[in-house]
Amino acid sequence: MKLNLKIWRQQDSESKGGFENYVIDDITPDMSFLEMMDVLNQKLIYENIDPISFDHDCREGICGSCSLFINGRAHGPDKGITTCQLHMRKFKDGDSIVIEPFRAKSFPIIKDLVVDRSAFDRIQHSGGYISINTSGNTQDANTTPIRKEDADNAFDAATCIGCGACVATCKNASAMLYVSAKVSQFSYLPQGKVEAKERVLNMVKQMDDEGFGNCTNTGACEVECPKGISIKNIARMNREFYKAKI
Amino acid sequence: MGLYLTEKHIKYKDGKDDHVSPFFIYHNNNKRAKFFCSLKVNNKNWCFDKKRVKSTDKESGIKNRKIKTIKSQLESIISSFETKKEPLSPEKLKSEFETVKLLDSEIKKVKTKPTINSKIPNGPLSSKWESHKGSINLVSPSNKRNIDIIVVGTGLAGASASATLAELGYNVKAFCFQDSPRRAHSIAAQGGINASKNYQGDGDSDYRLFYDTIKGGDYRSREANVYRLAEVSGNIIDQCVAQGVPFARDYGGLLDNRSFGGVQVSRTFYAKGQTGQQLLLGAYSAMNRQIARGKIEMFSRHEMMDLVKVDGKARGIIARNHVTGKLERFSAHAVVIASGGYGNIFYLSTNAMGSNVTASWKIHKKGAYFANPCFTQIHPTCIPVSGDYQSKLTLMSESLRNDGRIWVPKDLTDAKLVQEGKLSPLDIKEEDRDYYLERRYPAFGNLVPRDIASRAAKERCDNGFGVNKTGEAVYLDFSHAIIRYGKEKALLNGQDENNIEIVKKLGREIIKQKYGNLFQMYEKIVDEDPYVMPMKIYPAVHYTMGGVWVDYNLMTTIPGCFAIGEANFSDHGANRLGASALMQGLADGYFVLPYTIGDYLSDDISTGKISTDIKEFEESEKGVNDLLTKLISNKGKNSVDYYHKKLGKIMWNKCGMSRNQNDLVDAINEIKKLRNDFYKNVNVTGKITEYNEELAKAVRVADFLELGELFAKDALERNESCGGHFREEYQTKDGEAIRDDKNFKFVSAWEYVGEPSDAKLHKEDLKYEEIEVKTRSYK
Repeated sequence: MKLNLKIWRQQDSESKGGFENYVIDDITPDMSFLEMMDVLNQKLIYENIDPISFDHDCREGICGSCSLFINGRAHGPDKGITTCQLHMRKFKDGDSIVIEPFRAKSFPIIKDLVVDRSAFDRIQHSGGYISINTSGNTQDANTTPIRKEDADNAFDAATCIGCGACVATCKNASAMLYVSAKVSQFSYLPQGKVEAKERVLNMVKQMDDEGFGNCTNTGACEVECPKGISIKNIARMNREFYKAKI
Repeated sequence: MGLYLTEKHIKYKDGKDDHVSPFFIYHNNNKRAKFFCSLKVNNKNWCFDKKRVKSTDKESGIKNRKIKTIKSQLESIISSFETKKEPLSPEKLKSEFETVKLLDSEIKKVKTKPTINSKIPNGPLSSKWESHKGSINLVSPSNKRNIDIIVVGTGLAGASASATLAELGYNVKAFCFQDSPRRAHSIAAQGGINASKNYQGDGDSDYRLFYDTIKGGDYRSREANVYRLAEVSGNIIDQCVAQGVPFARDYGGLLDNRSFGGVQVSRTFYAKGQTGQQLLLGAYSAMNRQIARGKIEMFSRHEMMDLVKVDGKARGIIARNHVTGKLERFSAHAVVIASGGYGNIFYLSTNAMGSNVTASWKIHKKGAYFANPCFTQIHPTCIPVSGDYQSKLTLMSESLRNDGRIWVPKDLTDAKLVQEGKLSPLDIKEEDRDYYLERRYPAFGNLVPRDIASRAAKERCDNGFGVNKTGEAVYLDFSHAIIRYGKEKALLNGQDENNIEIVKKLGREIIKQKYGNLFQMYEKIVDEDPYVMPMKIYPAVHYTMGGVWVDYNLMTTIPGCFAIGEANFSDHGANRLGASALMQGLADGYFVLPYTIGDYLSDDISTGKISTDIKEFEESEKGVNDLLTKLISNKGKNSVDYYHKKLGKIMWNKCGMSRNQNDLVDAINEIKKLRNDFYKNVNVTGKITEYNEELAKAVRVADFLELGELFAKDALERNESCGGHFREEYQTKDGEAIRDDKNFKFVSAWEYVGEPSDAKLHKEDLKYEEIEVKTRSYK
């Protein structure tokens, strides 16, 4: 396959960025999208051009590092996957592909396609935990039975990989899906009840302080979420929030 | 041709003693060419009897192995000349061989006495940990406030250690090269975590978990450490549940378990196929709580470049800030390495792209011994390699072997047709399939340990039975499980259990519930529906049992420098059982290190802050800076990946699933050459002081290029087959490993002395007090 690539390049957070065009040959349908990027980067290195920086690590859709906005979609044109799980068979010979970083005010660009998502970490610092210390004598794991349905719901919320696709795809750059996934996970579990109030208030406050937008119920985040986190979690977080406010 | 080892008595002019020296005679075309090994040692103990050092000699075993090594190295040089059809003269042979240097280093080794002390507490196995905890020194809460600890890596081991140490009151500085601690590669662990809770009432116990782990590790792990691991395993589950980790539960609301390879009980706790993710997020949340309290200072996008030692103790690190590219100094009273394994030395592995050995290797070069580097786990169920561009391999969880059956065609002609794409596996009749694991190992069947399953797959493929176009794949087939589950469900639903369409549909739903995300992952990569077509799988590098040598307190041979999780070597011997990596990472971080580190730090309560403005930090930083400058200003002709791929090929072909002497000798030489070429011809683009992934990669690859040589040397010296280390010379007629407990029941701990292959061997003898050392059998 031959492809025309239009890729965002930016030296650092201070510089002005812009699109560069690259043409690449010899791409096979079995390659993953990031392997296509590898091939391009190798080509650039041999031409003594700085390769394109992008975040990636596990390359199996679980670490949440990769974060490309491909042809106007977070993680590209396929459902339920991260960029590293996207394969070139989703494209045709001669296609033009536009590759951008995840764009949001709260995700400043570090270089090229690499963005700073530490705002997500800071939201977790503000309450994404249960306050227990490590000890060899916490109560036995089976002391408190948890309904299978609740455990499954908690798990579904907990599968969020923190990639930021929800923010990148949201017209308001809202982080509601991300924050609600954590709030929701703990709200299903008895362990999470003790600090439920402070958790939701603090996490929402931090989310606002980081400059993320509000939710206007478009649902784009749910569509693009590689792990299929449901917007029901946002509704649940809102309930938790109102409960805590009253 | 032939090569003979003979002996000669020489009397030197200056000495009165009789000196005995070995020399080799090389015969070619009936011409005798003498090659003399100038063994210039004035040592009476060297006496020879028919090519053997007498057994009365104290060091006879070691000396004999030296001689064998020398002989094999000579043979390999000769045979390489013969294949090239180049004439070989004794001079050439001599120059190739660098005799004097080699022998010199060998002899020094003979003289060195083992200097490692594993500090295993006295007393019966089951009370060692309890009594050790009760007797080690503590640091009082008010003093902990004045003590800093650096933790490198934020996977399960690093995150759990950081959180727990901070909870205890220490000031923790945690480092990860990723953009967030939550992205460490523990996150990708799929199947589960073992614990001897015996919730299923199937006879599990601490002892049984301990026993299975030692046996699974082929009797090459340290007994006391493994027992402690089993003892604390239950606490891990309690701790994680308390943190809100959503483990799978049954309808009664209690925790569910499944079974993994190499065991006969169900002790694996899981969260679908994402157990590692959930456990890591649990540890990450515990870290976040401490970050909020200011007890952990988190340095993301920072990579450790060197360890700083002051007065022989680990006192800090030099780290590179990946965003600015600048080097930064950090001091502490202790440094904990939790940077994971070195599987990426093979280029293709199931490790993340960034996983590397740099932190472990840097401390090795500063005095920490590196143990059993050749013990590598090749996981049997991974998606096969599809092309040269491939950047990494994807694991399909071992849990799939609960329900999937592994097979290849019985008939070579069928296999050929499958490889050419002319025959579909669905058209191969049941009786024409070879379920080779069930055939060879009826007791454990498809759930034999990983090393055994991997080798069996390689054996079939090497004999031409592979099932993809490269001939390097076997089938993992769920059709039987689909029918079995489907019939059960049809009965429950009151539907027709003989209607194959209904049964298949129901069965697929059950399989989807159990392994849905794995099946989806497979389909995305391979573009084939695994519910219909059997999966194609092949072994791939997955985990490294070897690592930094540590004592019972998890301290390396550098005082104040600790290693935990996959980065150390102690618990898995020569082969790790499934779902035990998560267990070990969290055991070390939550329940072992936080106790044992206090014993060391109790001497440091009045040390006070350690300044980074001292010459040790300066020198270390300069060293790193020199390396970076060298790499960036080299402007050679090849990319970093070019070298990494080449190294990976050497490792996979010569130090992979099966190894032999000639290949290993070749590997050492080839890696050495490749490393020299790397420093001459590598091209690293960009600048030092900027975000520069190529430069970060170059540093990692430079370290892999050194480790590779030690890896091959370790494999060469271990003249036995055990666990993941399979030497072709040591196998039974039907291809089972032959372990040599008499000569190799030890941990090889290597001391860095310059060139990686000159490393000095220290042996830690493995003593088994409560377990009978047996031949491992899963038949």
